[in-house]
Amino acid sequence: MTVLMEVNDLKVAYGKIEAVKGISFTVETGQIVCLVGTNGAGKTTTLRTLSGLIKPRGGSITFDGQPLGTVPAHKIVSLGLAHSPEGRHIFPRLTIAENLQLGAFLRKDKEGIEKDVQRAYELFPILGERRKQAAGTLSGGEQQMLAMGRALMSRPKLLMLDEPSMGLSPLMMHKIMSTIAELKAQGMTILLVEQNAQAALSLADQAHVMEIGKIVLSGTGQELLHNEDVRKAYLGED
Amino acid sequence: MHELPQQLANGLALGALYGLIAIGYTMVYGIVQLINFAHGEIFMIGGFGALTTYTALPSGTSLLVAIPLMILGGALASVAVATAAERFAYRPLRSAPRLAPLITAIGLSIALQQLVWQFYPDAKKAVTFPEFTGKAFQITDNLAIQRSDAFVLALAPLCMLALGVFVSKSRSGRAMQATAQDPDTAKLMGINTDRIIVMAFAIGAAFAAVAAVAYGVDKGQINFEMGFILGLKAFTAAVLGGIGNIYGAMVGGVVLGLAEALSIAYIEEIPGMQQLGGGAWANVWAFVLLIVVLLVRPQGLLGQRVTDRA
Ligand SMILES: Nc1ncnc2c1ncn2[C@@H]1O[C@H](COP(=O)(O)OP(=O)(O)OP(=O)(O)O)[C@@H](O)[C@H]1O
Ligand SMILES: [Mg+2]
Repeated sequence: MTVLMEVNDLKVAYGKIEAVKGISFTVETGQIVCLVGTNGAGKTTTLRTLSGLIKPRGGSITFDGQPLGTVPAHKIVSLGLAHSPEGRHIFPRLTIAENLQLGAFLRKDKEGIEKDVQRAYELFPILGERRKQAAGTLSGGEQQMLAMGRALMSRPKLLMLDEPSMGLSPLMMHKIMSTIAELKAQGMTILLVEQNAQAALSLADQAHVMEIGKIVLSGTGQELLHNEDVRKAYLGED
Repeated sequence: MHELPQQLANGLALGALYGLIAIGYTMVYGIVQLINFAHGEIFMIGGFGALTTYTALPSGTSLLVAIPLMILGGALASVAVATAAERFAYRPLRSAPRLAPLITAIGLSIALQQLVWQFYPDAKKAVTFPEFTGKAFQITDNLAIQRSDAFVLALAPLCMLALGVFVSKSRSGRAMQATAQDPDTAKLMGINTDRIIVMAFAIGAAFAAVAAVAYGVDKGQINFEMGFILGLKAFTAAVLGGIGNIYGAMVGGVVLGLAEALSIAYIEEIPGMQQLGGGAWANVWAFVLLIVVLLVRPQGLLGQRVTDRA
């Protein structure tokens, strides 16, 4: 296994508030790495820093052999790092097809893009049926599918998903989680942030628990799934 | 009422002019939520750029040849100033409180007026602009269209059509829509949003230069102050049509132009309102219309409500 991403002592602050206080982890090719943690732990901040939307205060990020810390956000996707943000953030007044096209904004291979659009429609048939519809009119779960489909359109080496199951019905959540498993089976490397620790940990090769800006526990998905502290804090057991 | 067709034509031509300028306000607002109060001066700079170009042409050049070159020269000047303003005045303030760029815009507006006043030859008073000569097109007995009006009436829809196609069909246009709807996510798609913002300023400035040439050939003169009231009217048109919406800018412009022309002609015929008609009151009626429309539709004629824009 080769290391695709290495995060070393990453520190991120909003003004004086340090939201990420020196975290380190690696993502190996083909793995699902999962970050779990309570609200405000710094998971979203971490992902937004990895994709260049926030500049880190300290530490280093290496992706595919290249340092990222100072690369502007709009250049990151072309390196092979795609980000499906928390809250979906689809472009509401563009159609589903246009949203998917934007995911491939920097690609030039028209035929390849068309093929990948079709693949997204196969992965999420509902998107194909609604392709001409404004994305803002989709349901929450459908928007999540679109956000994932859009992130895949750049043919990323690493896919970052921030709370893909947020606000979804159990059925829809199951659908999203099984899609993530399917993507992994196809060889996709995924960095997954989830509140739904049960589902996320059962998929994860590696997992890290974050609390107020720090990683407090790391292990394989199975290890954390059976860890007593984790079960108490995140799986609602006492 | 026999002069109604004529009033409508006058109103349309005036409205088309407002619409062309209003595009600049609406594009910039749509993307960075900034009201570029210096845009009236960008329009004025476009006029002086066009005039400079005209002066540089061999004397006796026919207006038909000169005008495209004047538009080009005017647009070069207005685009240069607008993009420089974006780069050096507005960009550093992008994450500052809203008031900072607004005050900067007002300062910039005064500075640009003063620079032209001070340094453009003879610009301390109005300067002569090549005027469309030749007879008006007599359409019917009670409708004659001045050449300058025909010019703006032909050019404005053409510009709008080109912009509409650009925004909805081209790759850059798509990127522009994405940036307007969600700038951070646009970056995640690989869109260089700084470039898109520059593009919005540039398009608005180029449209303002077209408007300035249309204004110049109509009035036969331009001056360093002309951006103030026209900018204000165009801004009103943009808000009236729904700021952020490019078609709204043109619709707002036309509605405003028509309202002005009709108020000039007809208000004084209403019994008891003789004092409130004529050209002197046109501006007042324009703003009354704005207030009435905003009371009924705060988002403007074609605007979405803020909640729909999330
Ligand atoms: N734009 C911001 N400005 C200031 N503080 C912020 C900003 N965004 C996040 N924070 C703060 O940074 C901390 C980490 O937030 P973050 O969104 O990264 O947490 P999270 O782990 O993703 O939480 P959640 O599970 O609720 O999504 C929080 O204390 C939050 O209040
Ligand atoms: Mg979060």
